[in-house]
Amino acid sequence: MGIIPTTAAGIADAVRDGSVTASDVVERHLAAIEAREHEIHAFNLVGADAARTAAAAIDAAVAAGDDPGPLAGVPVALKDNMCTRGVETTCSSKILAGWRPPYDATVVERLTAAGAVVIGKTNLDEFAMGSSTENSAFGPTRNPHDISRVPGGSSGGSAAAVAAGFAPLGFGSDTGGSIRQPAALCGVVGVKTTYGAVSRYGLVAFASSLDQIGPFSTTVDDAALALEVIAGHDPMDSTSIPEPFPRLREVLDRGVEGLRVGRITDLPTGADPDVIERLEAAFDALGAAGAKIVDVEVPAFTYGLTAYYLIAPAEASSNLARYDGVRYGLRVDAPDTNAMYMATRHEGFGAEVKRRIMLGTYALSAGYYDAYYGKALRVRRLISDDFARAYEHADVLLTPTSPTVAFPIGAKTDNPLAMYLCDTYTIPSNLSGHPGMSVPFGTGADDLPVGVQVLASTCGEATMFQVAAELERAMESATP
Amino acid sequence: MTQLASDDVSERISADVVAKVSRLARLDLTPEEIEITTTQLSDVLEHFADVDALDLSDVSPMTQPYPLVNVMRDDVEAPVLDRDAVLAAAPQAEDGRFRVPPIVGLEG
Repeated sequence: MGIIPTTAAGIADAVRDGSVTASDVVERHLAAIEAREHEIHAFNLVGADAARTAAAAIDAAVAAGDDPGPLAGVPVALKDNMCTRGVETTCSSKILAGWRPPYDATVVERLTAAGAVVIGKTNLDEFAMGSSTENSAFGPTRNPHDISRVPGGSSGGSAAAVAAGFAPLGFGSDTGGSIRQPAALCGVVGVKTTYGAVSRYGLVAFASSLDQIGPFSTTVDDAALALEVIAGHDPMDSTSIPEPFPRLREVLDRGVEGLRVGRITDLPTGADPDVIERLEAAFDALGAAGAKIVDVEVPAFTYGLTAYYLIAPAEASSNLARYDGVRYGLRVDAPDTNAMYMATRHEGFGAEVKRRIMLGTYALSAGYYDAYYGKALRVRRLISDDFARAYEHADVLLTPTSPTVAFPIGAKTDNPLAMYLCDTYTIPSNLSGHPGMSVPFGTGADDLPVGVQVLASTCGEATMFQVAAELERAMESATP
Repeated sequence: MTQLASDDVSERISADVVAKVSRLARLDLTPEEIEITTTQLSDVLEHFADVDALDLSDVSPMTQPYPLVNVMRDDVEAPVLDRDAVLAAAPQAEDGRFRVPPIVGLEG
């Protein structure tokens, strides 16, 4: 029996060449879950039996001389807002509790076709609305580095699952930072691709013009591997980019010699000193590796948060109109249909979801539409144009991912605005549609992980990964 | 182009407006929830003053990041979701349809 590798790439290689069985891989991860899940609560559902069955099928394929695919036997943790056929998909909301979708999301289909083994569905802020995974109908997820702290959110369950070793790959969705921020707080890699690079088919919609599915992993190479499987055109998503997704794994060793790394001189302040120190260290590391550090301005960056908190709730209020007790999920009985809608939505939605539906409905209502939603869409254009100008001078931009390290559970639950500020640095690239990723880059206050965010222009994932890989190498050489 | 009424956004949102919006959104908020929501929405919208001060008259709205084109496909038969599987997820179904309470006539 071979030693089970810790990375997805290592596991897939070992399973494909027969040195390790997928069944042993699954058992090891189920044992890790058994040992710590009670204190982390990364999962809404652990599908042990289904994972064992899938692993046995992979092993049978290897034994028969077939190639199960590039993710052969790799356990994956899916955020519980991705549809899994016949398997409960809740969005951590009472309104969907018990719902079993009749189809798989495209991402889930591609992962299983590539040999991945779904090990469970992970916790999230209800309908992906939040930055701490505390707004879940099923209770909060805790940060594996310090269980008194949040893992970030909204994809906190998947980030925590990867950080705790429950699965080498996790998948989340990022609407305003919901992959990158929890990746930073949990000390793992997290990627949001260019809008349209990864299919949204079967992702329960929050804000359709912003949502992107992406991976969590412990290495940059694993994130590249995962994206090469899930990204690419899908006819089932009308906003899917038709051009082929770039090959990422082959660029990781290219280094950063001559690349222009942008420092945003008018970046909004508010990041803690320990976070800024790590950002500066990242600039130093890239400079030492031959990159050219250039100053750029992105003046509209600072308006991102305000525009986002009108645009995202506006889209959410429309998307969440479908939860009416008619076709799926919860119904609270009432004598007529309208009363049934009201009672179902009152009972089924949590406070943050109601708050955003209210904000969005208000922003879209007659008399306020132009003043709020219309203006926010114009600001969105400003942000996008400012980024485009910055990318004429820089190949990538470097910012903090989160303004702080992981904060204590309960610290921001009574103050929505304080929670919203967590996403100051991640939101603008959702509005512009550009790719961004968080790379772990050492620790800050209380020895907690700090992430550095690498941003790139439309379809600039290859350059983004080149830089991320250099940052990873710099950390490896700095760590004895 | 509709005139942007800049004085709209400087008004603090009132509890009456919040109550009206909650009915539009089919959210049955309690009086306490209306009160909390009024305060919280006001706080969020106050931040909009920054944006409201910008001159955006020459800026076109951006609704989504990727330039969309109409996607046409060949009109060919393909498998669709199984009706019984879809209806099985409904709170109530009957004779191949979703069943709902009466739509009119039972107010209050």
